[in-house]
Amino acid sequence: MAKELYIQNYCSIKNNKVSLNGNLIFEENSEDIKSFFKSVYQYLDPKYSKFFKMDALSKLAFLSAEILMKEEAKKNIAIILSNNASSLDTDRKHQDSINDKENYYPSPAVFVYTLPNIGIGEISIRHQLKSENGFFVFENYNTNFHYNYENILIQNNKSEAVLAGWVNIDGDSYEAFLYLVSQNGTIEHTEKNLKQLYNN
Amino acid sequence: MREAFITHHNVISSLGFSSEENFEHLKKEHSGIQKFQRDNGDDYYSSQVDKELLDKEFTKIGDVTLYTTLEKMMLLSVDTILKESNLKITKKTGLVIATTKGNVDVLSPDSSFYKDKKRAYLPELGKQIQGFFNFKNEAIILSNACVSGVLAVAVSQRFIKDGLYDDVIIVSGDLVSEFILSGFTSFQAISDEPCQPFSKNRKGITLGEAVASAIVSSEKNKGAVQIIGAGSCNDANHISGPSRTGEGLFLSVQSALSEANIKSKDIDYISAHGTATNYNDEMESMAFERLNMLQTPTNSLKGYYGHTLGASGLLETNMGIESLKNNTLIASKGFDEIGVSQPITVIEKTETKKIRVFLKTASGFGGCNTAVIFRKIAD
Repeated sequence: MAKELYIQNYCSIKNNKVSLNGNLIFEENSEDIKSFFKSVYQYLDPKYSKFFKMDALSKLAFLSAEILMKEEAKKNIAIILSNNASSLDTDRKHQDSINDKENYYPSPAVFVYTLPNIGIGEISIRHQLKSENGFFVFENYNTNFHYNYENILIQNNKSEAVLAGWVNIDGDSYEAFLYLVSQNGTIEHTEKNLKQLYNN
Repeated sequence: MREAFITHHNVISSLGFSSEENFEHLKKEHSGIQKFQRDNGDDYYSSQVDKELLDKEFTKIGDVTLYTTLEKMMLLSVDTILKESNLKITKKTGLVIATTKGNVDVLSPDSSFYKDKKRAYLPELGKQIQGFFNFKNEAIILSNACVSGVLAVAVSQRFIKDGLYDDVIIVSGDLVSEFILSGFTSFQAISDEPCQPFSKNRKGITLGEAVASAIVSSEKNKGAVQIIGAGSCNDANHISGPSRTGEGLFLSVQSALSEANIKSKDIDYISAHGTATNYNDEMESMAFERLNMLQTPTNSLKGYYGHTLGASGLLETNMGIESLKNNTLIASKGFDEIGVSQPITVIEKTETKKIRVFLKTASGFGGCNTAVIFRKIAD
């Protein structure tokens, strides 16, 4: 019989605000993405210095996961993330480092982040999740894909829960909407509810 | 629950524009790796698609000036399998695109698409493919480092089994660009000779480019192979190096075996990742030891194609299917003396052997790993 699934918790990071389950938990009018992410890091205080080596996309994915995973004991949690700009923000930095043959400075520390799934790796390491994972790209947050794939992973016993959502960085704009799907909670895991929570 | 089959497939690479042509070259142990020169004059080895031939072939289906190199390769490959299968595209037809970097080459001022600022975005690549064939559903683009191509097979199998789609078209591809070359060079990961997977003398990767496509269907045809299990687990260890113990790969294969309801000894052949870096090949040997698969004939096709990144998993799957069909194990090109701590059985000579079940594995940056198991349905 199919398991009944719920959106156990959800959070968002956008427009200088951080919210958890619809409640504002942090707000700061920062000058730029970097300083805002640093403030969110300080607020969450994970004591994880590797954070500062990450690119913006990984930082955003890491911070969102930190909010949802703080008191989470389950370990077989899949990670399914998506966005619009893939790792283009960092791709452009790598491209800038090779455009000028006279001033050529490609760096492995930048290049490794030219893959959008690196943030999934960072979350996996941080929370020791040796589980199913995948990074997908769509024009906009695709509730139909997310709902179905999250459901399939749990119903087929590939994972116990799924940490999923939308994490996008493109130049100065950023947006994260992450949630945990499991058999616990009160908000039913439906396409309609995902759409509604995302648009809130 | 429904079953999922690969019914048609295609490869566009340095070794040809069809799966059959590619496999003929593999049987003769022809490698597509050659010496090329970078913009700065440095030599490097790589396996690359003949762009003149690509344009010549593409002219038959579209205007060569409207599409990027990767788009032309993908469109041509999908066009080939759609024509072979006579598949009618409906609302129940899915489209999955697997790539690590897509059209990233257009970020270079040297690209003729440089001024089209949207073109580097992956959803734009999705729209080009979707629009050309009039797919009814938005493309599902998968960008999960070097497991992308084979993870796309796993994702498609899951959608078919679940009944969300009746058929899924997968197309996977990546190009050798200055972007990629400069990055892997900065990592000091590139071999100065054609790569030698699992060899004592291996010196790193050789980069390659290719596009591979396949139709995953709920209905089998003659010659179809069934996708009987899939798993994709993270190492949770390091973002740019594999786990020393092969943990994620081990778990991925276990997950695939459990779904397929078979034991590791039931696998007749392993098409490994085998990039020829020190750490990757060693990690794979550790995982196969833990899985009791040291006796299973194993190869890496990187000695023929180089590492074709997001394409590799599907390219090597397609060639694995040809191995099943032809009951032929292909020699692991570039291998001489074993150079990993666990004595895996590397295929040294191309030989005819009855094989029914094979395992395809891949691992990549971000600690990702994927394993998919295929079974021939009839001889």
